[in-house]
Amino acid sequence: MRKFDTKVQYLKYKVLREVANRAWNDTLLPTLFDIPKAIVPGKTSTMRCCVYKERAILGERVKIAMGGNKENPNVIEVIDIACDECPAAGYEVTDSCRGCLAHRCEDVCKRGAISFDHNHVAHIDKSKCVECGQCAKVCPYSAIINRKRPCQIACKVKAISINEENAAAIDNNKCIQCGACVYQCPFGAITDKSYILNVIDMIKKSENNQKYKVYAVVAPSISSQFNYAKLGQVISGLKELGFFTVVEAALGADMVAMAESKELSEKGFLTSSCCPAFVQYIKSSFPALLPFVSHNLSPMATLAKYIKETDGNAKVVFIGPCTAKKAEAQLDSVKPYVDSVLTFEELQALYDSKDIDITTLPEDVLDNASYYGRIFARSGGLSDAVAQGLKEQNIDFTVKPAVCDGIEACKVALLKKSKNVLDANFIEGMACIGGCIGGAGCLTHGEKNKAEVDKYGKEAYEKTIGDAVSFIK
Amino acid sequence: MKVTVCIGSSCHIKGSRQVVEQLQYLISENGLGDKVELGGTFCMGKCQQGVCVTIDGEFFSVSPETVETFFNDNIKAKL
Repeated sequence: MRKFDTKVQYLKYKVLREVANRAWNDTLLPTLFDIPKAIVPGKTSTMRCCVYKERAILGERVKIAMGGNKENPNVIEVIDIACDECPAAGYEVTDSCRGCLAHRCEDVCKRGAISFDHNHVAHIDKSKCVECGQCAKVCPYSAIINRKRPCQIACKVKAISINEENAAAIDNNKCIQCGACVYQCPFGAITDKSYILNVIDMIKKSENNQKYKVYAVVAPSISSQFNYAKLGQVISGLKELGFFTVVEAALGADMVAMAESKELSEKGFLTSSCCPAFVQYIKSSFPALLPFVSHNLSPMATLAKYIKETDGNAKVVFIGPCTAKKAEAQLDSVKPYVDSVLTFEELQALYDSKDIDITTLPEDVLDNASYYGRIFARSGGLSDAVAQGLKEQNIDFTVKPAVCDGIEACKVALLKKSKNVLDANFIEGMACIGGCIGGAGCLTHGEKNKAEVDKYGKEAYEKTIGDAVSFIK
Repeated sequence: MKVTVCIGSSCHIKGSRQVVEQLQYLISENGLGDKVELGGTFCMGKCQQGVCVTIDGEFFSVSPETVETFFNDNIKAKL
């Protein structure tokens, strides 16, 4: 069965697997420079102009798999030489233009940017065009296209520009590290730094969890991943890798749902703090709204903190769909609790780096959270959980959520709130479309993932948030 | 006295919440709140024997059905 959506992900995976395999065997440093050739052997290129360029790019990928450029605080990096300098001319008339009579394009253009040659074919005057896209919408032949780089289309916070060498460049002040560009770049030229080496080192130095215990905290979106195996086998695989035990981040979500619903009723208006990309977006683009951000730590950090309170000798690795969590784990408020972050992509590479075929493993169990904690993984789940939290705590307050699915929807709600015209008292902000199941670190993305999360939610042993968190009292 | 109950997945589905709730009840019912510290942990590495409980480090296998006997014999009797 297919493990990845794209060949870009597969290539990244191969690099991660090679790096991890050598790290487990203590042979990484002496054989570091052999990795590109191990992935692209022979003389025939398969992806680029020649094998030498392919290997040069792979060398850069190896660096990022080993943690990337330490000088750059952003967890998302551009590999300059991998950027194919895609055309970025904006709106252009193609040869599908039939030189019709109607000239809807001309009529709709408020800037007067469209003119016609002697064959009645349309031309766009770039000095007048403001890229509104109306001409493309009205053309009955779809003859006008928008040549824009996929990374720039993906980046809804407009953090990507084109540098003087014609390669993509990320503005770290605007970037929310959601990873949308990572998933969308067809050349794999933008990628997230990996901390697999930290995790491997942590596991090895624990000496089979004797010196300290390494806990894996897994995001509920895992229910939509590794669908070639059973969830219980994924859990067995984690223990096979050397993790001491596995706990659901959804339990942290249950804890957050209780605290956040209480906080909402006290403050009267709140924006969620679960999605680190959304919180970063408020910091960078709507600083005036910062006082409204929930003061609760994210489910990841809340649970990690709890684990460290119950076990003073614990190390916590979060495993999820999210590149922004890698940045969140570096915040001063989170750093003491979360020791490292992996994506599902990286977990697949770790399994294979140790030749662990999870489909052959027995099924372990993973059951800590309630239905409500688990559905945090998809858009709308957090709002449902907050409503349930209010109900279970008998708080007389009605939540009126603005469920924002994707960063563009978040932007609309935040703009409305800053103008005091938002008809809601709670903003559920999720930077990725669909919620966490749309995260850049997922192996696969698909329509049925939401259903998988809901199904997994319903399988929870605990039916209420209160029961799931009862031990905390 | 420190009593730790495993709340990891395996023990959880064997009823660790019920064990915790009953212990909380029995401790307060017997007025032992200031003598017994009840805590949780996510795994004791003996998942087959769950629900796993330790008293000052000593291991016990408990279930929701046996928790009252366990409390009388190992907590109440030893204080």
